[in-house]
Amino acid sequence: MLKCFDKILLFKINFLLSYFWREAGNRVQSKRPVNLDIGTIALPLAAITSITHRISGIIVFVGMAGLLWLFDLSLSGEAGFASAAQVLGSAVMKFLLWGILTALAYHLVAGCKHLLMDLGLGETKEAAPVGARIVILLSSLLAIVLGFWIW
Amino acid sequence: MVTNVTSLGRNGLYDWLVQRISAVVLLVWFVYVGCYAALHEPLTYVQWQGLFTQTWMRIFTLIALLSLCAHAWIGLWTIATDYFSVHLMGKKATALRLLVQVACLAVLAVYLLWCIHILWSI
Repeated sequence: MLKCFDKILLFKINFLLSYFWREAGNRVQSKRPVNLDIGTIALPLAAITSITHRISGIIVFVGMAGLLWLFDLSLSGEAGFASAAQVLGSAVMKFLLWGILTALAYHLVAGCKHLLMDLGLGETKEAAPVGARIVILLSSLLAIVLGFWIW
Repeated sequence: MVTNVTSLGRNGLYDWLVQRISAVVLLVWFVYVGCYAALHEPLTYVQWQGLFTQTWMRIFTLIALLSLCAHAWIGLWTIATDYFSVHLMGKKATALRLLVQVACLAVLAVYLLWCIHILWSI
């Protein structure tokens, strides 16, 4: 189901990008009207949560370097643990950590929905926006909890 | 088909299964460590170090990182083959995608070796 929404999204992105990659545009869609106003292209909520799942995955992949660095520092001894705490004293670092952990929390929640859908739960068209809303609600709550925990 | 050569198992169903199993391992690891940190708030060095010096936790963390590498590889493969496509970018897409995938592989190798080093030098 989600993969299906991805395909719709991909189709729209392909449609927009083909205009910029002139060769592809001339070959495939030279006589067709091109809508470049991305604001008028409505994505269903499930498609938005799906693309966010991908984006959050990339954030976690990159952010893992920072998390491992903190992990290394915090386990390098009593002094290291103290300096890790000191690093997290700065507002910028707090925000970065919050951002990475929020992306992780979102990825985990959206991933749980994927697993439930693999079990056959919530696969219908009617259930898709409901599932997407639950994912947004739960990950927002986790983002707030993480915010309280970090600050 | 260059697309299949860079997938983890050269097989969609296998990749699908590995993606799910690794996801569950990572979920359990993050929830466990998250709960541990939350229950021991404010966390001290002794508690934090005590968690990761246990042999089972070292092994669990290593399995979690191996899962992360497999999971990230499959996920990034999915994204790379979707967006760095010949249809979108023309012929240079394949070369660009292979470059990106090799870079991802290098990053994951560093993560794995780094984590092993951290865990066995506590």
